[in-house]
Amino acid sequence: MKETNVLRRAEQVSLTLRGIYEQFGYRRFRVSKFEEYDFYATYRSFLQTESILTFHDLNGKLMALKPDVTLSIIKNAPQAPKRPERVYYSEAVYRAAKGARTFAEMQQLGLEFVGEVDRYALVEVLLLADKSMAAMGGPYTLDLSHVGLLECLLGEAGLSGRAREGCYEAVFSKNLQRLEELLASSPAAVRQALLALVSAYGPANEVLKSLQGLCFAGAAQAEFEALCGLCAALGAAGVGLHLDFTLRYDPSYYSGVIFQGYLPRVQGCVLSGGQYDGLLQRFGKSGGAVGFAVYLGLLEEQYAEERPYDVDTLLLYSESTGMAELLSAVRVLTAEGKSVCVQKTDDGTVRCRQVATISEGRLTSVVRVD
Amino acid sequence: MCEWISVALPKGRLGEKAAGLLETIGYGCGALAKGSRALIFENPKNRVRCFWAKPSDVAIYVERGAADVGIVGKDILLEEQPDVYELCDLKMGVCRMMVAGKKGADLNPDRPLRVATKFPRIAAEYFASRSREIDVIKLNGSIEIAPLLGLSDVIVDIVETGTTLKENDLVVLEEILPISTRLVANKVSYKFKNDRVLELLSRVRAALEEQA
Repeated sequence: MKETNVLRRAEQVSLTLRGIYEQFGYRRFRVSKFEEYDFYATYRSFLQTESILTFHDLNGKLMALKPDVTLSIIKNAPQAPKRPERVYYSEAVYRAAKGARTFAEMQQLGLEFVGEVDRYALVEVLLLADKSMAAMGGPYTLDLSHVGLLECLLGEAGLSGRAREGCYEAVFSKNLQRLEELLASSPAAVRQALLALVSAYGPANEVLKSLQGLCFAGAAQAEFEALCGLCAALGAAGVGLHLDFTLRYDPSYYSGVIFQGYLPRVQGCVLSGGQYDGLLQRFGKSGGAVGFAVYLGLLEEQYAEERPYDVDTLLLYSESTGMAELLSAVRVLTAEGKSVCVQKTDDGTVRCRQVATISEGRLTSVVRVD
Repeated sequence: MCEWISVALPKGRLGEKAAGLLETIGYGCGALAKGSRALIFENPKNRVRCFWAKPSDVAIYVERGAADVGIVGKDILLEEQPDVYELCDLKMGVCRMMVAGKKGADLNPDRPLRVATKFPRIAAEYFASRSREIDVIKLNGSIEIAPLLGLSDVIVDIVETGTTLKENDLVVLEEILPISTRLVANKVSYKFKNDRVLELLSRVRAALEEQA
Protein backbone atom coordinates (compact mmCIF):
# COMPACT_ATOMS: atom_id res chain seq x y z
CA MET A 1 0.00 0.00 0.00
CA LYS A 2 1.41 3.37 -0.99
CA GLU A 3 1.62 5.90 1.83
CA THR A 4 0.48 9.46 1.53
CA ASN A 5 3.08 11.93 2.77
CA VAL A 6 1.13 13.92 5.32
CA LEU A 7 4.07 16.02 6.48
CA ARG A 8 3.91 19.63 5.44
CA ARG A 9 6.95 20.91 3.56
CA ALA A 10 8.26 22.82 6.60
CA GLU A 11 8.04 19.62 8.66
CA GLN A 12 9.86 17.66 5.96
CA VAL A 13 12.59 20.31 5.89
CA SER A 14 12.84 20.12 9.67
CA LEU A 15 13.42 16.35 9.58
CA THR A 16 15.95 16.66 6.75
CA LEU A 17 17.89 19.33 8.61
CA ARG A 18 17.98 17.33 11.84
CA GLY A 19 19.46 14.43 9.86
CA ILE A 20 22.10 16.70 8.33
CA TYR A 21 23.09 18.20 11.69
CA GLU A 22 23.38 14.79 13.33
CA GLN A 23 25.58 13.65 10.44
CA PHE A 24 28.03 16.37 11.47
CA GLY A 25 28.09 15.32 15.12
CA TYR A 26 25.53 17.74 16.54
CA ARG A 27 23.39 16.27 19.32
CA ARG A 28 19.90 17.40 20.20
CA PHE A 29 19.52 19.90 23.02
CA ARG A 30 16.11 20.01 24.67
CA VAL A 31 15.02 22.95 26.74
CA SER A 32 12.06 23.61 28.97
CA LYS A 33 9.35 25.90 27.65
CA PHE A 34 9.98 28.65 30.20
CA GLU A 35 12.68 30.24 32.29
CA GLU A 36 12.89 32.96 34.95
CA TYR A 37 12.13 36.36 33.47
CA ASP A 38 15.24 37.98 35.04
CA PHE A 39 17.43 35.80 32.84
CA TYR A 40 15.97 37.24 29.63
CA ALA A 41 15.74 40.78 31.00
CA THR A 42 19.53 40.74 31.52
CA TYR A 43 20.23 39.79 27.90
CA ARG A 44 17.29 41.59 26.30
CA SER A 45 19.33 43.29 23.57
CA PHE A 46 20.55 39.90 22.30
CA LEU A 47 16.96 38.77 21.83
CA GLN A 48 16.08 41.36 19.17
CA THR A 49 12.59 41.57 20.61
CA GLU A 50 11.08 44.12 22.93
CA SER A 51 8.36 41.84 24.19
CA ILE A 52 8.64 38.80 26.42
CA LEU A 53 5.58 36.76 27.37
CA THR A 54 5.52 36.47 31.16
CA PHE A 55 3.45 34.76 33.82
CA HIS A 56 3.70 34.03 37.54
CA ASP A 57 4.41 30.48 38.60
CA LEU A 58 2.86 28.90 41.69
CA ASN A 59 5.52 30.47 43.96
CA GLY A 60 4.80 33.95 42.63
CA LYS A 61 8.06 33.98 40.67
CA LEU A 62 7.94 35.89 37.39
CA MET A 63 8.59 33.48 34.54
CA ALA A 64 8.88 33.92 30.77
CA LEU A 65 7.96 31.67 27.87
CA LYS A 66 11.16 31.20 25.89
CA PRO A 67 11.71 33.95 23.32
CA ASP A 68 15.03 32.35 22.34
CA VAL A 69 16.99 29.11 22.70
CA THR A 70 20.61 30.23 22.20
CA LEU A 71 20.73 31.94 25.60
CA SER A 72 19.73 28.71 27.36
CA ILE A 73 22.39 26.76 25.45
CA ILE A 74 25.12 29.23 26.35
CA LYS A 75 23.99 29.32 29.98
CA ASN A 76 24.42 25.55 30.10
CA ALA A 77 27.74 25.49 28.22
CA PRO A 78 30.87 24.61 30.23
CA GLN A 79 32.85 27.51 31.73
CA ALA A 80 35.95 26.66 29.70
CA PRO A 81 35.12 23.86 27.24
CA LYS A 82 37.97 21.41 26.59
CA ARG A 83 36.38 20.35 23.31
CA PRO A 84 33.76 21.97 21.13
CA GLU A 85 30.13 21.50 22.13
CA ARG A 86 27.97 20.81 19.08
CA VAL A 87 24.23 20.99 19.70
CA TYR A 88 21.08 21.54 17.70
CA TYR A 89 17.55 22.27 18.80
CA SER A 90 14.04 22.24 17.42
CA GLU A 91 11.77 24.27 19.68
CA ALA A 92 8.88 26.69 19.75
CA VAL A 93 9.76 30.22 20.82
CA TYR A 94 7.34 32.95 21.82
CA ARG A 95 7.77 36.51 20.73
CA ALA A 96 6.00 39.40 19.07
CA ALA A 97 6.94 40.01 15.47
CA LYS A 98 7.94 43.54 14.48
CA GLY A 99 4.88 45.78 14.43
CA ALA A 100 2.62 43.02 15.76
CA ARG A 101 0.32 43.72 18.69
CA THR A 102 0.26 40.16 19.93
CA PHE A 103 2.59 37.26 20.64
CA ALA A 104 3.08 34.32 18.35
CA GLU A 105 4.45 30.83 18.76
CA MET A 106 7.23 30.34 16.24
CA GLN A 107 8.88 27.07 15.36
CA GLN A 108 12.64 27.43 15.28
CA LEU A 109 15.40 25.00 14.43
CA GLY A 110 19.04 25.83 14.91
CA LEU A 111 22.49 24.77 15.89
CA GLU A 112 25.30 26.13 18.01
CA PHE A 113 29.02 25.37 17.98
CA VAL A 114 30.52 26.42 21.33
CA GLY A 115 34.30 26.27 21.85
CA GLU A 116 37.35 27.46 19.98
CA VAL A 117 35.99 28.97 16.77
CA ASP A 118 38.78 28.40 14.26
CA ARG A 119 38.46 28.54 10.46
CA TYR A 120 37.27 24.94 10.25
CA ALA A 121 34.48 25.65 12.76
CA LEU A 122 33.31 28.63 10.70
CA VAL A 123 33.45 26.65 7.46
CA GLU A 124 31.53 23.77 9.05
CA VAL A 125 28.74 25.99 10.40
CA LEU A 126 28.46 27.96 7.14
CA LEU A 127 28.46 24.71 5.16
CA LEU A 128 25.57 23.51 7.32
CA ALA A 129 23.78 26.84 6.84
CA ASP A 130 24.19 26.41 3.09
CA LYS A 131 22.93 22.82 3.22
CA SER A 132 19.97 24.04 5.29
CA MET A 133 19.06 26.60 2.64
CA ALA A 134 19.49 24.04 -0.15
CA ALA A 135 17.18 21.63 1.70
CA MET A 136 14.36 24.20 1.50
CA GLY A 137 14.24 23.70 -2.28
CA GLY A 138 14.40 26.23 -5.09
CA PRO A 139 16.63 29.26 -5.43
CA TYR A 140 18.10 30.88 -2.34
CA THR A 141 20.86 33.19 -1.32
CA LEU A 142 23.14 32.94 1.71
CA ASP A 143 24.62 36.36 2.48
CA LEU A 144 27.67 36.96 4.64
CA SER A 145 28.95 40.06 6.40
CA HIS A 146 31.94 40.62 8.68
CA VAL A 147 31.34 42.50 11.92
CA GLY A 148 35.06 42.59 12.73
CA LEU A 149 35.88 44.46 9.53
CA LEU A 150 33.00 46.93 9.87
CA GLU A 151 33.75 47.61 13.55
CA CYS A 152 37.44 48.27 12.79
CA LEU A 153 36.51 50.79 10.10
CA LEU A 154 33.82 52.47 12.20
CA GLY A 155 36.38 52.73 15.02
CA GLU A 156 38.92 54.34 12.67
CA ALA A 157 36.25 56.77 11.46
CA GLY A 158 36.56 58.51 14.85
CA LEU A 159 32.87 59.21 15.37
CA SER A 160 31.09 60.30 18.53
CA GLY A 161 28.43 58.01 20.05
CA ARG A 162 25.46 59.65 18.30
CA ALA A 163 27.16 59.89 14.91
CA ARG A 164 28.22 56.26 15.20
CA GLU A 165 24.63 55.23 15.94
CA GLY A 166 23.60 57.17 12.83
CA CYS A 167 26.29 55.32 10.86
CA TYR A 168 24.86 51.94 11.84
CA GLU A 169 21.43 52.97 10.58
CA ALA A 170 22.91 54.31 7.34
CA VAL A 171 24.87 51.06 6.83
CA PHE A 172 21.86 48.80 7.55
CA SER A 173 19.60 50.79 5.20
CA LYS A 174 22.26 51.15 2.45
CA ASN A 175 21.85 54.91 2.72
CA LEU A 176 25.08 56.01 1.02
CA GLN A 177 24.21 59.70 0.96
CA ARG A 178 23.64 59.79 4.73
CA LEU A 179 26.75 57.70 5.38
CA GLU A 180 28.85 60.09 3.32
CA GLU A 181 27.52 63.06 5.32
CA LEU A 182 28.30 61.35 8.64
CA LEU A 183 31.81 60.40 7.52
CA ALA A 184 32.60 63.84 6.10
CA SER A 185 35.33 64.50 8.67
CA SER A 186 36.66 60.92 8.82
CA PRO A 187 39.94 59.90 7.12
CA ALA A 188 39.39 59.64 3.34
CA ALA A 189 40.61 56.02 3.16
CA VAL A 190 38.18 54.92 5.89
CA ARG A 191 35.30 56.80 4.27
CA GLN A 192 36.06 55.28 0.88
CA ALA A 193 36.32 51.78 2.35
CA LEU A 194 33.03 52.02 4.27
CA LEU A 195 31.16 53.42 1.27
CA ALA A 196 32.58 50.65 -0.93
CA LEU A 197 31.56 47.95 1.56
CA VAL A 198 28.02 49.30 1.95
CA SER A 199 27.42 49.64 -1.79
CA ALA A 200 28.83 46.18 -2.57
CA TYR A 201 26.58 43.18 -3.11
CA GLY A 202 27.17 39.99 -5.07
CA PRO A 203 29.04 36.68 -5.19
CA ALA A 204 31.87 36.66 -2.64
CA ASN A 205 34.72 36.30 -5.15
CA GLU A 206 33.45 39.20 -7.27
CA VAL A 207 32.90 41.51 -4.31
CA LEU A 208 36.27 40.70 -2.74
CA LYS A 209 37.97 41.36 -6.08
CA SER A 210 36.27 44.76 -6.29
CA LEU A 211 37.46 45.60 -2.77
CA GLN A 212 41.08 44.54 -3.31
CA GLY A 213 42.23 48.04 -4.26
CA LEU A 214 41.02 49.62 -1.01
CA CYS A 215 43.52 50.70 1.62
CA PHE A 216 42.65 48.95 4.86
CA ALA A 217 44.92 49.90 7.73
CA GLY A 218 46.25 47.64 10.53
CA ALA A 219 43.47 45.69 12.21
CA ALA A 220 41.02 46.24 9.33
CA GLN A 221 43.52 44.73 6.89
CA ALA A 222 43.86 41.66 9.13
CA GLU A 223 40.06 41.30 9.29
CA PHE A 224 39.80 41.69 5.51
CA GLU A 225 42.44 39.01 4.98
CA ALA A 226 40.60 36.71 7.41
CA LEU A 227 37.41 37.24 5.40
CA CYS A 228 39.23 36.50 2.12
CA GLY A 229 40.69 33.32 3.62
CA LEU A 230 37.30 32.19 4.90
CA CYS A 231 35.60 32.86 1.56
CA ALA A 232 38.32 30.92 -0.27
CA ALA A 233 37.85 27.96 2.09
CA LEU A 234 34.07 28.13 1.65
CA GLY A 235 34.47 28.30 -2.12
CA ALA A 236 36.61 25.15 -1.97
CA ALA A 237 33.85 23.50 0.12
CA GLY A 238 31.33 24.33 -2.60
CA VAL A 239 29.48 27.00 -0.61
CA GLY A 240 28.35 29.82 -2.94
CA LEU A 241 28.00 32.88 -0.74
CA HIS A 242 27.07 36.46 -1.46
CA LEU A 243 28.70 39.28 0.47
CA ASP A 244 26.39 41.91 1.93
CA PHE A 245 27.87 44.27 4.52
CA THR A 246 24.47 45.76 5.36
CA LEU A 247 23.19 42.82 7.42
CA ARG A 248 21.89 44.14 10.75
CA TYR A 249 23.80 43.16 13.92
CA ASP A 250 24.31 44.12 17.54
CA PRO A 251 28.03 44.93 18.03
CA SER A 252 27.91 44.06 21.73
CA TYR A 253 27.35 40.37 20.93
CA TYR A 254 28.57 39.64 17.42
CA SER A 255 32.28 39.73 16.69
CA GLY A 256 33.20 37.91 13.48
CA VAL A 257 31.05 36.77 10.62
CA ILE A 258 27.28 37.10 10.50
CA PHE A 259 25.10 35.54 7.81
CA GLN A 260 21.49 35.37 6.66
CA GLY A 261 19.64 33.13 4.22
CA TYR A 262 16.83 34.35 1.96
CA LEU A 263 14.21 32.76 -0.28
CA PRO A 264 12.59 34.73 -3.09
CA ARG A 265 9.01 34.38 -1.87
CA VAL A 266 9.66 35.02 1.82
CA GLN A 267 9.95 38.51 3.26
CA GLY A 268 12.73 38.58 5.84
CA CYS A 269 15.52 36.09 6.34
CA VAL A 270 14.63 32.44 6.95
CA LEU A 271 18.05 31.68 8.41
CA SER A 272 20.13 33.97 10.58
CA GLY A 273 23.36 33.41 12.46
CA GLY A 274 26.85 34.47 13.27
CA GLN A 275 29.81 34.34 15.61
CA TYR A 276 28.77 35.71 18.99
CA ASP A 277 31.81 35.50 21.26
CA GLY A 278 30.55 38.62 23.05
CA LEU A 279 27.61 36.72 24.51
CA LEU A 280 29.91 34.12 26.08
CA GLN A 281 31.97 36.91 27.59
CA ARG A 282 28.79 38.42 29.05
CA PHE A 283 28.22 35.04 30.73
CA GLY A 284 31.82 35.11 32.01
CA LYS A 285 32.75 32.10 29.88
CA SER A 286 35.86 31.65 27.77
CA GLY A 287 36.02 30.53 24.15
CA GLY A 288 33.78 31.46 21.31
CA ALA A 289 30.53 30.41 19.69
CA VAL A 290 28.94 30.40 16.29
CA GLY A 291 25.53 29.18 15.24
CA PHE A 292 22.33 29.92 13.39
CA ALA A 293 18.57 29.57 13.58
CA VAL A 294 16.12 28.56 10.86
CA TYR A 295 12.68 30.17 11.14
CA LEU A 296 10.50 27.27 10.04
CA GLY A 297 7.24 29.20 10.36
CA LEU A 298 8.32 31.53 7.55
CA LEU A 299 8.72 28.59 5.18
CA GLU A 300 4.93 28.34 4.92
CA GLU A 301 5.08 31.53 2.83
CA GLN A 302 7.50 29.84 0.42
CA TYR A 303 5.36 26.74 0.05
CA ALA A 304 1.95 28.42 0.19
CA GLU A 305 1.29 27.88 -3.50
CA GLU A 306 2.43 24.28 -3.51
CA ARG A 307 -0.85 22.80 -2.22
CA PRO A 308 -3.43 23.60 -4.87
CA TYR A 309 -5.62 20.69 -3.68
CA ASP A 310 -6.91 19.77 -0.23
CA VAL A 311 -7.38 16.14 -1.25
CA ASP A 312 -6.73 13.92 -4.28
CA THR A 313 -10.23 12.47 -4.57
CA LEU A 314 -13.62 13.67 -3.48
CA LEU A 315 -15.71 10.47 -3.28
CA LEU A 316 -19.45 11.06 -3.49
CA TYR A 317 -22.04 8.59 -2.26
CA SER A 318 -25.83 8.49 -1.91
CA GLU A 319 -28.37 6.86 0.38
CA SER A 320 -28.49 3.92 -2.01
CA THR A 321 -24.70 3.27 -1.91
CA GLY A 322 -23.93 0.15 0.10
CA MET A 323 -21.56 0.53 3.05
CA ALA A 324 -19.38 -2.35 1.82
CA GLU A 325 -19.09 -0.75 -1.64
CA LEU A 326 -18.21 2.60 -0.13
CA LEU A 327 -15.55 1.22 2.18
CA SER A 328 -14.13 -0.87 -0.65
CA ALA A 329 -13.85 2.23 -2.85
CA VAL A 330 -12.06 4.11 -0.06
CA ARG A 331 -9.71 1.13 0.36
CA VAL A 332 -8.90 1.06 -3.38
CA LEU A 333 -8.17 4.77 -3.54
CA THR A 334 -6.04 4.92 -0.39
CA ALA A 335 -4.15 1.79 -1.53
CA GLU A 336 -3.18 3.80 -4.62
CA GLY A 337 -1.69 6.40 -2.28
CA LYS A 338 -4.48 8.91 -2.84
CA SER A 339 -6.04 11.01 -0.14
CA VAL A 340 -9.85 10.70 -0.05
CA CYS A 341 -12.63 12.83 1.31
CA VAL A 342 -16.06 11.12 1.43
CA GLN A 343 -19.16 13.30 1.19
CA LYS A 344 -22.72 13.08 -0.02
CA THR A 345 -22.56 16.21 -2.14
CA ASP A 346 -19.97 18.33 -3.88
CA ASP A 347 -20.62 21.91 -2.86
CA GLY A 348 -17.34 23.04 -4.45
CA THR A 349 -15.60 23.87 -1.16
CA VAL A 350 -13.25 20.86 -1.22
CA ARG A 351 -10.35 21.44 -3.63
CA CYS A 352 -9.69 18.07 -5.25
CA ARG A 353 -7.94 16.63 -8.29
CA GLN A 354 -10.83 14.37 -9.16
CA VAL A 355 -14.38 13.65 -8.17
CA ALA A 356 -15.33 9.96 -7.92
CA THR A 357 -18.70 8.27 -7.66
CA ILE A 358 -19.86 4.70 -7.21
CA SER A 359 -22.19 3.49 -9.88
CA GLU A 360 -23.56 -0.07 -9.96
CA GLY A 361 -20.80 -1.14 -7.59
CA ARG A 362 -18.04 0.37 -9.76
CA LEU A 363 -15.82 3.30 -8.96
CA THR A 364 -15.86 5.96 -11.68
CA SER A 365 -13.90 9.15 -11.47
CA VAL A 366 -13.91 12.40 -13.37
CA VAL A 367 -10.90 14.71 -13.41
CA ARG A 368 -12.00 18.09 -12.19
CA VAL A 369 -11.18 20.97 -14.49
CA ASP A 370 -11.17 24.29 -12.61
CA MET B 1 13.68 38.03 -20.73
CA CYS B 2 14.22 40.14 -17.62
CA GLU B 3 11.94 39.99 -14.61
CA TRP B 4 9.18 42.50 -13.91
CA ILE B 5 9.92 45.21 -11.40
CA SER B 6 7.06 46.78 -9.46
CA VAL B 7 7.05 50.36 -8.23
CA ALA B 8 4.80 51.81 -5.51
CA LEU B 9 4.05 55.49 -6.04
CA PRO B 10 2.49 57.89 -3.53
CA LYS B 11 -0.83 59.37 -4.61
CA GLY B 12 -0.90 63.13 -4.95
CA ARG B 13 1.37 65.89 -6.17
CA LEU B 14 4.55 64.10 -5.15
CA GLY B 15 3.47 60.93 -6.92
CA GLU B 16 2.84 62.86 -10.12
CA LYS B 17 6.39 64.23 -9.95
CA ALA B 18 7.69 60.72 -9.30
CA ALA B 19 5.69 59.37 -12.27
CA GLY B 20 7.32 62.10 -14.36
CA LEU B 21 10.75 60.92 -13.21
CA LEU B 22 9.88 57.34 -14.20
CA GLU B 23 8.77 58.63 -17.61
CA THR B 24 12.11 60.41 -18.00
CA ILE B 25 14.12 57.26 -17.35
CA GLY B 26 12.00 55.16 -19.72
CA TYR B 27 10.10 53.38 -16.96
CA GLY B 28 6.86 55.32 -17.38
CA CYS B 29 3.54 53.53 -17.57
CA GLY B 30 1.64 55.81 -20.01
CA ALA B 31 -1.81 55.67 -18.41
CA LEU B 32 -0.34 56.77 -15.03
CA ALA B 33 -0.29 60.38 -16.11
CA LYS B 34 -3.61 60.33 -17.94
CA GLY B 35 -5.91 60.30 -14.95
CA SER B 36 -6.96 56.68 -15.51
CA ARG B 37 -8.99 55.04 -12.75
CA ALA B 38 -7.07 51.78 -13.13
CA LEU B 39 -5.10 50.74 -10.07
CA ILE B 40 -2.12 49.02 -11.67
CA PHE B 41 -0.25 50.19 -14.78
CA GLU B 42 2.23 48.27 -16.88
CA ASN B 43 5.07 49.05 -19.24
CA PRO B 44 5.57 45.68 -20.97
CA LYS B 45 8.54 46.89 -23.00
CA ASN B 46 10.65 47.64 -19.94
CA ARG B 47 8.71 45.18 -17.76
CA VAL B 48 7.76 47.79 -15.17
CA ARG B 49 4.56 47.68 -13.15
CA CYS B 50 3.45 50.76 -11.21
CA PHE B 51 0.65 51.36 -8.74
CA TRP B 52 -0.61 54.24 -6.64
CA ALA B 53 -0.79 53.89 -2.88
CA LYS B 54 -1.58 56.17 0.02
CA PRO B 55 1.74 57.96 0.73
CA SER B 56 1.94 56.58 4.27
CA ASP B 57 1.41 53.01 2.95
CA VAL B 58 4.13 52.99 0.27
CA ALA B 59 6.84 51.90 2.72
CA ILE B 60 4.68 48.99 3.93
CA TYR B 61 4.07 47.79 0.35
CA VAL B 62 7.82 47.83 -0.21
CA GLU B 63 8.78 46.29 3.14
CA ARG B 64 6.34 43.41 2.61
CA GLY B 65 7.46 42.81 -0.99
CA ALA B 66 4.22 43.84 -2.74
CA ALA B 67 6.43 46.37 -4.51
CA ASP B 68 10.13 45.94 -5.31
CA VAL B 69 10.84 49.64 -5.01
CA GLY B 70 8.87 52.67 -3.90
CA ILE B 71 8.97 56.41 -3.63
CA VAL B 72 8.35 57.69 -0.15
CA GLY B 73 8.95 60.74 2.04
CA LYS B 74 11.70 60.72 4.65
CA ASP B 75 9.05 61.71 7.23
CA ILE B 76 7.28 58.37 6.67
CA LEU B 77 10.57 56.45 6.84
CA LEU B 78 11.49 58.07 10.15
CA GLU B 79 8.05 57.55 11.61
CA GLU B 80 7.39 53.98 10.42
CA GLN B 81 11.00 52.75 10.38
CA PRO B 82 10.35 50.09 7.73
CA ASP B 83 13.07 47.52 7.12
CA VAL B 84 13.95 48.68 3.59
CA TYR B 85 16.99 49.97 1.73
CA GLU B 86 17.03 53.75 1.29
CA LEU B 87 18.84 53.98 -2.01
CA CYS B 88 18.61 57.58 -3.15
CA ASP B 89 17.48 61.05 -2.11
CA LEU B 90 15.36 62.23 -5.05
CA LYS B 91 15.51 65.87 -3.86
CA MET B 92 11.77 66.18 -4.52
CA GLY B 93 9.10 67.35 -2.11
CA VAL B 94 11.73 69.19 -0.09
CA CYS B 95 10.34 70.54 3.19
CA ARG B 96 11.19 70.67 6.90
CA MET B 97 9.87 68.90 9.98
CA MET B 98 9.09 71.70 12.45
CA VAL B 99 7.83 72.47 15.89
CA ALA B 100 5.28 75.27 15.52
CA GLY B 101 2.90 77.06 17.86
CA LYS B 102 1.02 80.25 18.53
CA LYS B 103 3.01 83.47 18.68
CA GLY B 104 4.14 84.06 22.24
CA ALA B 105 2.85 80.64 23.37
CA ASP B 106 3.58 79.74 27.00
CA LEU B 107 5.91 76.77 26.71
CA ASN B 108 6.46 76.51 30.44
CA PRO B 109 8.89 73.64 31.12
CA ASP B 110 7.23 73.20 34.49
CA ARG B 111 4.65 70.83 32.96
CA PRO B 112 4.65 68.31 30.10
CA LEU B 113 4.38 69.96 26.70
CA ARG B 114 1.25 68.94 24.79
CA VAL B 115 2.31 68.09 21.24
CA ALA B 116 -0.20 67.41 18.45
CA THR B 117 1.24 65.54 15.49
CA LYS B 118 0.87 62.94 12.79
CA PHE B 119 4.40 61.83 13.66
CA PRO B 120 4.41 60.65 17.31
CA ARG B 121 7.70 58.77 17.02
CA ILE B 122 9.59 61.69 15.50
CA ALA B 123 8.11 64.07 18.09
CA ALA B 124 8.89 61.73 20.99
CA GLU B 125 12.50 61.17 19.86
CA TYR B 126 13.10 64.88 19.26
CA PHE B 127 11.82 66.03 22.64
CA ALA B 128 13.51 63.09 24.41
CA SER B 129 16.82 64.27 22.93
CA ARG B 130 16.10 67.62 24.60
CA SER B 131 15.05 65.95 27.87
CA ARG B 132 11.61 67.54 27.61
CA GLU B 133 8.63 65.61 28.90
CA ILE B 134 5.74 65.67 26.43
CA ASP B 135 2.16 64.52 26.08
CA VAL B 136 1.76 63.33 22.48
CA ILE B 137 -1.66 63.84 20.87
CA LYS B 138 -1.85 61.76 17.68
CA LEU B 139 -3.91 63.42 14.95
CA ASN B 140 -4.42 62.33 11.35
CA GLY B 141 -4.88 65.70 9.67
CA SER B 142 -5.54 69.45 10.11
CA ILE B 143 -2.81 69.53 12.74
CA GLU B 144 -2.62 73.35 12.68
CA ILE B 145 -5.99 73.67 14.33
CA ALA B 146 -4.87 71.89 17.53
CA PRO B 147 -3.08 74.84 19.23
CA LEU B 148 -5.77 77.26 18.05
CA LEU B 149 -8.42 75.27 19.90
CA GLY B 150 -6.24 74.70 22.94
CA LEU B 151 -5.89 70.98 22.24
CA SER B 152 -2.10 71.27 22.26
CA ASP B 153 0.68 73.74 23.10
CA VAL B 154 2.61 73.04 19.89
CA ILE B 155 2.47 70.92 16.78
CA VAL B 156 5.14 68.83 15.07
CA ASP B 157 4.49 68.75 11.35
CA ILE B 158 6.07 69.15 7.93
CA VAL B 159 6.24 72.68 6.61
CA GLU B 160 6.84 73.41 2.93
CA THR B 161 6.20 77.13 2.40
CA GLY B 162 4.83 78.13 5.80
CA THR B 163 1.72 79.70 4.24
CA THR B 164 -0.75 77.55 6.23
CA LEU B 165 1.04 78.41 9.46
CA LYS B 166 1.02 82.12 8.64
CA GLU B 167 -2.66 82.11 7.72
CA ASN B 168 -3.46 80.52 11.07
CA ASP B 169 -1.27 82.90 13.05
CA LEU B 170 1.22 80.17 13.93
CA VAL B 171 5.00 80.47 13.89
CA VAL B 172 7.89 78.07 13.53
CA LEU B 173 9.52 77.56 16.91
CA GLU B 174 12.21 74.97 16.12
CA GLU B 175 13.42 73.01 13.12
CA ILE B 176 13.74 69.27 13.70
CA LEU B 177 15.17 68.10 10.38
CA PRO B 178 14.93 68.55 6.60
CA ILE B 179 12.67 66.14 4.69
CA SER B 180 12.72 65.01 1.08
CA THR B 181 11.56 62.09 -1.04
CA ARG B 182 13.53 58.83 -1.17
CA LEU B 183 13.77 55.85 -3.47
CA VAL B 184 13.50 52.74 -1.31
CA ALA B 185 13.87 49.07 -2.16
CA ASN B 186 12.64 45.83 -0.66
CA LYS B 187 15.60 43.93 0.81
CA VAL B 188 14.64 40.57 -0.71
CA SER B 189 14.02 42.13 -4.15
CA TYR B 190 17.42 43.81 -3.90
CA LYS B 191 18.95 40.35 -3.59
CA PHE B 192 16.88 38.40 -6.12
CA LYS B 193 16.28 41.19 -8.65
CA ASN B 194 19.59 42.91 -8.07
CA ASP B 195 20.26 43.78 -11.73
CA ARG B 196 16.81 45.33 -12.18
CA VAL B 197 16.99 47.41 -8.99
CA LEU B 198 20.52 48.63 -9.78
CA GLU B 199 19.54 49.47 -13.35
CA LEU B 200 16.61 51.56 -12.13
CA LEU B 201 18.82 53.23 -9.52
CA SER B 202 21.50 54.10 -12.03
CA ARG B 203 18.92 55.59 -14.45
CA VAL B 204 17.39 57.64 -11.61
CA ARG B 205 20.81 58.93 -10.52
CA ALA B 206 21.68 59.86 -14.11
CA ALA B 207 18.35 61.72 -14.51
CA LEU B 208 18.89 63.60 -11.24
CA GLU B 209 22.40 64.62 -12.27
CA GLU B 210 21.08 65.86 -15.58
CA GLN B 211 18.38 67.88 -13.83
CA ALA B 212 20.95 69.36 -11.45
